[in-house]
Amino acid sequence: MAMMTYLDAARAALAEEMRRDPTVWAVGEDLGRGGVFSQYRGLVEEFGPERISDAPISEAAILGAAVGAAMMGTRPVVEMRFSDFALCAVDELVNQAAKARYMFGGQTRVPLVVREPMGMWRSSAAQHSQSLEAWYAHIPGLVVVCPSTPADNKALLKAAIRSDDPVVYLEHKHLWPLEGEVPDGDHVLPFGQAAIVTPGSDLTIVSWSAQVHVCADAVATLARQGVKAELIDLRTLWPWDKETVLASAARTGRLLIVHEAVQAGGFGAEIAATAAEHITARIRRLGAPRAPIGYAPPLEDAVRVQAPAIVAAALGLVNGRQLG
Amino acid sequence: MAQPADTKKRGKARAPATKNAGLGGNQPGLTKDELLRGYRDMLLIRRFEEKAGQLYGMGLIGGFCHLYIGQEAVVVGMQMALGEGDQVITSYRDHGHMLATGMEARGVMAELTGRAGGYSHGKGGSMHMFSKEKNFFGGHGIVGAQVSLGTGLAFSNRYRGNDRVCVTYFGDGAANQGQVFESFNLASLMKLPCIYVIENNKYGMGTSVDRATASRDLSLNGAPWGMPGVQVDGMDVEAMHAAALAAVAHCRAGLGPYLLEVQTYRYRGHSMSDPGRYRSREEVQNMRSTRDCIEGARHKLESLGIEEAQFREIDDSVKRIVQDAADFAQTSPEPDVSELWTDILLEG
Ligand SMILES: Cc1ncc(C[n+]2csc(CCOP(=O)(O)OP(=O)(O)O)c2C)c(N)n1
Ligand SMILES: [Mg+2]
Repeated sequence: MAMMTYLDAARAALAEEMRRDPTVWAVGEDLGRGGVFSQYRGLVEEFGPERISDAPISEAAILGAAVGAAMMGTRPVVEMRFSDFALCAVDELVNQAAKARYMFGGQTRVPLVVREPMGMWRSSAAQHSQSLEAWYAHIPGLVVVCPSTPADNKALLKAAIRSDDPVVYLEHKHLWPLEGEVPDGDHVLPFGQAAIVTPGSDLTIVSWSAQVHVCADAVATLARQGVKAELIDLRTLWPWDKETVLASAARTGRLLIVHEAVQAGGFGAEIAATAAEHITARIRRLGAPRAPIGYAPPLEDAVRVQAPAIVAAALGLVNGRQLG
Repeated sequence: MAQPADTKKRGKARAPATKNAGLGGNQPGLTKDELLRGYRDMLLIRRFEEKAGQLYGMGLIGGFCHLYIGQEAVVVGMQMALGEGDQVITSYRDHGHMLATGMEARGVMAELTGRAGGYSHGKGGSMHMFSKEKNFFGGHGIVGAQVSLGTGLAFSNRYRGNDRVCVTYFGDGAANQGQVFESFNLASLMKLPCIYVIENNKYGMGTSVDRATASRDLSLNGAPWGMPGVQVDGMDVEAMHAAALAAVAHCRAGLGPYLLEVQTYRYRGHSMSDPGRYRSREEVQNMRSTRDCIEGARHKLESLGIEEAQFREIDDSVKRIVQDAADFAQTSPEPDVSELWTDILLEG
């Protein structure tokens, strides 16, 4: 075990995979300088500019070229720096990368990782703050990953790089400096395996990405009030670990899904609907209001799902009050 | 600014009448009064940006903040060639453009501090402001996004049959986005009155233009579509103004779009969090001490007989505006949380 930041864990994962497999390479804007968040620090020195490749500001061409290179059997890791910018390349991802394997009858695969740092990050306003994971989860052919801890960021990025299908890899910008224990060695997590962060018997809370940590605060508050919440970190949105979530919710009889993204049409809706179809439980979702993210701190805070709201929703479920 | 030799051969795409615009040829300069006005406008932007940098350092401005220091002559020279009703659209590096269009320093600074008195009521911040009154169409945070939007603003001018033009600014880095070339074709095909201004400040974040762009002459970027393009010395407000006049005349005459590649330089980092390791201190210092647009205008004005007292007067008036803006930006209240639900498509 080593203490590592979320950022360095991903950096280590990429470096280890590049050492292990000469077909792995990375491309994006400003990678040679270490990337905008310094997630690529030191890598060009080790691997050279052919493999840590700087690109002009041309997201569509970067991603499209990576799809082509992936079809030829190399494993590009594409850096989009903010998930908002990746929208400039959505055709290449959704119409090309996600469809190729199926549409061409299995003759080609697209082993591509698209890194898209997501989420709210100090006053970044409407075009640099979005959480769009549900969009990608909606697209057949894409794997969607949302790691919340340094250990997961290392193990899941390795899994993403080894995946033979395209992966949308959503790191949360707010988590870059988060420190945590990371297992030594070549630790790789399978997709679709949730983590039970805190076991509990009174209700099940499901979350992912940075929101897991806010939920953990809420769970601690609930514990002080005698409510034992089970907190599940989904880790990957597609595939998602239905078994773990449904088993937990069936046991506790109460399911609360919490995400930073806009609540309407969010991935919470998919989980809630699936639970409603398969088990008997009281279900509630919490997400952001359907409003763009404002710059001024009071407006930014107003769209955050904060611990008191989670506690209130959890208590509402546990006490069986009428849900508003 | 010298042109690479090979551009001469391909010069056909350029409008013959403006071939030398801004290249230090025998352009008619600004009158003394005009130059004085330009000097004052550039100084206002410079002092405003310095103040914004201070407020950022004090923690009163958050998030992204991209200063325009060094590039002032570009927007000021251009604006002096525009008329009532012409549109302007640009990227996130937008403070200078807004002040040049006559938007109030107060409203811009208060948006930087995220206050209700800001142009976007605190919703947008540094990168996202707008003024319907001044025909300023934003403030866009996605690199290149404003270029097709500006093309559409120009379309509406033609559609309505007026003779207004749209100035669409973007950076050397943004010049590599696909929609820029798509827009060039569209605007050329439809003969839209759009002036595309590439503000080539040599860097897109930490990537120098020669590392990001295979072309060595961005003024030729519209050539395949027959769009005239010229390189302009953007550190010289008079050169900028002369080039802008030619571009405006071309567009107003219904001859289609026009491209200006403006050679300029930003003195500060890309944004407030840029340590600037990709260029040397000497490079920046050299530009500041030999090419500064404000110093240049001042020398010219001195040679035209403007006295120290007059400069001091301008200085003082600019300082007052900036100080007033800074005060307002700190006393204007934060937006009420109910703002969250205004100007939204539908509540819910
Ligand atoms: C689509 C997109 N890609 C990347 C970015 C990140 N980014 C912001 S500014 C910038 C550099 C742009 O450089 P340039 O166009 O030269 O403008 P300058 O900042 O020099 O004024 C980059 C890469 C972004 N905001 N949007
Ligand atoms: Mg630039």
